[in-house]
This record gives sequence, C-alpha cells and structure tokens, in this order.
Amino acid sequence: MYTYDEHDRTFVAERVAQFRDQVKRRLLGELTEEQFKPLRLTNGLYLQLHAYMLRVAIPYGTLSSAQMRMLAHIARRYDRGYGHFTTRQNIQFNWIKLEDAADALDDLASVEMHALQTSGNCIRNTTADQWAGVAIDEIEDPRIWCEIIRQWSSLHPEFTFLPRKFKIAVTGSPNDRAAVRVHDIGLRLRRDEKGEVGFEVIVGGGLGRTPMIGKTIREFLPKRHLLSYLEAILRAYNLAGRRDNLYKARIKILVHEIGVEEMRRRVEAEWAAIRDGALDLPPQTIDAISRHFSPPAYEPQPAVDLAVERLRLESVSFARWLKTNVAPHREPGYAIVNLSLKPEGAPPGDASAAQMEAVADLALAHSHDEIRVSHEQNLVLPHVKRADLPTLWRKLAAIDLATPNLGLVSDIIACPGLDYCALANARSIPVAQRITRRFADLKRQHDIGELKIKISGCINACGHHHVGHIGILGVDKNGEEFYQITLGGDGTETTALGRIIGPAVSADDVVDAIETLVETYLQKRRPGERFVDTYRRVGDAPFKERLYAAA
Amino acid sequence: MAKAAKSTLQIATANRLRDGAVVFLTVDGAWSTSLAEARVARTAADADHLIATCDRDAATVVVGPTLIAVTEHDGVIEPVDLRERIRANGLTIDTIAADAVRYL
Repeated sequence: MYTYDEHDRTFVAERVAQFRDQVKRRLLGELTEEQFKPLRLTNGLYLQLHAYMLRVAIPYGTLSSAQMRMLAHIARRYDRGYGHFTTRQNIQFNWIKLEDAADALDDLASVEMHALQTSGNCIRNTTADQWAGVAIDEIEDPRIWCEIIRQWSSLHPEFTFLPRKFKIAVTGSPNDRAAVRVHDIGLRLRRDEKGEVGFEVIVGGGLGRTPMIGKTIREFLPKRHLLSYLEAILRAYNLAGRRDNLYKARIKILVHEIGVEEMRRRVEAEWAAIRDGALDLPPQTIDAISRHFSPPAYEPQPAVDLAVERLRLESVSFARWLKTNVAPHREPGYAIVNLSLKPEGAPPGDASAAQMEAVADLALAHSHDEIRVSHEQNLVLPHVKRADLPTLWRKLAAIDLATPNLGLVSDIIACPGLDYCALANARSIPVAQRITRRFADLKRQHDIGELKIKISGCINACGHHHVGHIGILGVDKNGEEFYQITLGGDGTETTALGRIIGPAVSADDVVDAIETLVETYLQKRRPGERFVDTYRRVGDAPFKERLYAAA
Repeated sequence: MAKAAKSTLQIATANRLRDGAVVFLTVDGAWSTSLAEARVARTAADADHLIATCDRDAATVVVGPTLIAVTEHDGVIEPVDLRERIRANGLTIDTIAADAVRYL
C-alpha cells in the first residue's frame, strides 16, 4: 500500500490545523456561514438534513486494517456507531458535530487519511477496480495510476475552482468493474499492437440530469504521458466549461456541445505544448510508485483444497457464497473474497463500528492487512488463501457480512436519499430495504441470477440508476414520492443508459413493479441469459405490457 | 436571510451551528430540537418577527434558518412537506447500532 511521505504528512496536518482555526472562527461568529461553507466543504464537511456529514476519502478504495479500525473509532467516538460506504469508494459519517470535526480529522490523519477534495469543484477521489492487483483478467494494477493522479491532483492550484466537480476512474482490466465510461475521464489500461501498455482515454461520460456515455478521445496514450494529457484535458475544460449554468457545467456538456473531434483538437493542441515538460513521468518515477503496490508475499498453496470442496458439497449456503462472493485470484491457491454490505433489510453500504473492527481483524488474519471498498458499496478482502475460505466464511457469517448475493437482485446500490440528503426528492433506502425483503429467498435470487438494481433519490443520480439493469429514480409528484423505472442500463464495458419504461409508479407500488419485471424476465429468458440480455433481445414491450396491464 | 413560506401557519427551523441538529424557534426565542415547542406564526406580523430572530441568530447559533409551512390539528404541529416532516421526525429507517451486526 502507498504510505505517506513527509510532504503528504505535512500538508494533511497543516490543513487540519487550518480547518480547526476556521471552525473556531465560525463558532465565534467571525466568519459568516456564507464565508465558511466553501471552507468546510473543501474539508469534506457537508450539512445534510439532520446533521453535518463528513465524507472521508479512501483513495482508490484501498484500506489497511489500521485505517478500517480508525473508521470504526470515528463512528463510535464522533458519530452514531456506523458509517456508509459510497459509490466513490469513500465513507460518509452522518452525524458529525461541527465542534468535533477537526478532532475527527486529526484522528484520521494519524492513519494517513483525510477528507480533502471529497467535495467542491475539484478533482475528486479517483476510483478503481476493487479487484485491482489481484483480478485474473488484469493487464496492470490501476492503483499505481490512481496514486499518481492523487499526487498530481491534490491541491492542484489550477484545478481548485473548476466549473464543476471532476471524477476520474481507472480500470486495469478489459472487464470494466469501475464504470469508466460514465466518468468525466475514464482510463482503461490496454495494450497496443506492439504489446506496450498504455491508456485508452475516455472523456465526457457522466450520470446526473443529463446522462452521457464517455467518448474515446485517444485510443492509446503511452503511460509516461498520462499526467500531461490529463492536464491538457482539464485545461481545455477549465477554460471552456460552462460556469453560467450549474446543470451544464460538467465536461460531458462541453464535449457534447463542441463534439469529440473539436475536444480532441483542443486537448491535443494543449498537450503538444506541455507533453515533455514537468509532468513527464520517467520510468524511475513510475517504478517508485509501483513498489508501493507490489503483491504481498504469497505462500505456495495446493491446487485444490479438499476441505473447501467437501464443504461446498455439504453446505448449500457455502456453495452459494463461493459462487457469488468469491472470485478467482491471479495467484494460484488464493481467492478474492467479497463482503456483502447488503444483508436483507439493511441500508445498502452501511456498516456498524463492530463490523468494521471485525473486518479489520479478518484482513489482518486472512488478507495481508488489506481491504477494498467497491463502487457497488461492498467490501473486499483481496488476498485470501483458498484453504482459509471455510473459516473465513463462518467468521463473516457471524458478523452478517456473508450474504451470498453479490451481483444479485438484493445487491442494490442506493444513495442516502431523502432520509439523509438535502438534495433528495424521495427516499431510496426504504425502497432498497423492501426489495431485499421481497426477494429474501436466496434460492430464488440465485435462480434469477445477475441483476443490478440501482436507486437514486433525485436526478443527481448518486445511486447510478441510469446504469442499473433496473434503475429506480425517486421523484416528487405534488408532494408524494413516485419512482420512475428504467431498464437496460449497464455500467460495465458494454455501457448503456437505461430507458424509461413508462409513467412513474407510487411508493406503494414500486416493489410490486420490480417483481413484475423480474417475473416477465423469468418467463421470457432463454438458457444462460441474464436479465439485461433478455431485455436487449426482447426490448421494452413485454415488460411494459405486463407492468402497465396490471395497473 | 430567512424567507417566508406561502402558508397561513408557519414555524422557523434551522440546523444548530455547533452540531447540525434540526432545531425550531420556540416561543421564548430559543432554539429547541422539539417540534412541539415551535412557535407558530399565524399572521404576517408574526412571521416577520420569526424572520427577525432567525437573522439575528444566523451569526453564531444556527445555519440556514427558514420558515416552513405547517398544519396544526388538536395542537399538534406537522410540517406540510415530506422533506420537512423527515427533518422534524428523524430517519424513517432503522440504523445499525455500533455493536450490532444485525439490522433486524
């Protein structure tokens, strides 16, 4: 893992001290709220419906045990004992007091964490494949590049006041688990015809009010030029991105308005002027960062573990868990273990302090002290010996983190919605809870197969509803919560935006509607088809007929 | 600057500066976390009075003070908007306790 150098430590410490003073001045009335608000947001502190919310950055979703234990401490000491893992692989604490915020940030700094650039019109936490460094389909570990981007973008003076927030995601695998085509910039590691590794650079993707799939602006960028090329894109955006209209300020609107050809021309022109300057990344710089992400010392393992195979036959629960929650690892005899933060009836992505502490212990015992957060709001233990799987499964089940539902109907992404969020129009979490209860039968869930439901409580689309196989968007209709349903969205390498199926349904009807859609799929599917495959083959009509015939 | 809402009955609400808690302006001119203690403005003059107190307290006591529409039945006040009802009454979901591993 990356560990702070003196520069990192100093700037984080200085920022906490500065914020402590700003809070003090605000409490004394020396700063007005208008003056203070941008300062607290710069430090990740929002004011939501019921309280302040602190969003803590988890760079590219990677945590050590000590860091996870500190998150548990923050939850206990300063919050109400739980936290919420987000689609940016960050964590939010929902009940932080302003008067405690600087203390919490000091505690976080002691384990090399902070809340900088988790808000505001700057470059946000760069996200990555949660299986980075261990996935079998990976070309190279994307976290090396996320860390290089983190160092470049942290407190970047030129990009502190962009027209709007800016999000970058990196995948090192052809199978995209980081949703790179719906980011402001998506980077996909790939090989050119000579076998050299570089990036496909994608710009102008995004969700929100105007969802757009990102366009490839450059097919192949050699690695050493990454930062100069990113800087060229950011400059083109910073100069021409709209500042007159909040809803038209993201880079996706600029790319859409001027076209990808013109965007490419502007970026390439800027890049030509800076490509061999200070941002050039010589191999020794890349190597120095890469060393922080070297694989741990794996131990030779037997090819097949008989205890695992025996338990697979004996326990249907274990077999289900192996099927959905355990993924193959690039090191023989090891596995990637996904921890579901979506047990039946739970707010998606929430974890108690006790669960966080237990995960920290398990990571130390079974995963070389490493934990990942996924953008789908689950956790990952990335380096587990297959021989440890039975033991680990029992331990995870004891803390309710072994629900075998990864990628299934109850593995829902949901934004905090109107229960917490000052921007929301409708609640998201209760809808997610009701769906998980309706589909509580795990046998049925496994029979339905892969089905990604994503729920947002407003058009800002924090719940990624546009790329859900089934997307649910909460809307306010004359003071009542209604839910608009989209079908066919896809956040992977075959990115697609869902299409609205018809009029919004009421809060009372939304779970029945989802069940009707699932039943329609089960009737229409051919062997081996996932929900989204069937939808692509048969289109809207059968779903629409069933859904609205009933009404 | 607090803004007046379009309704006959209004109360003033805000988040408390030091901890963010949802608070309501009371008859004593203080801020309480209890909706039941909120002072109800029934006339334009009442509303102006609430606004004046809001503006006074925005410096060091509360954040984002605003007037919201309420209904009153048998002396029980209830905000009109769902958003404000959730602010006043709290989360509509159960959350997990610090030492819990089950949501049930």
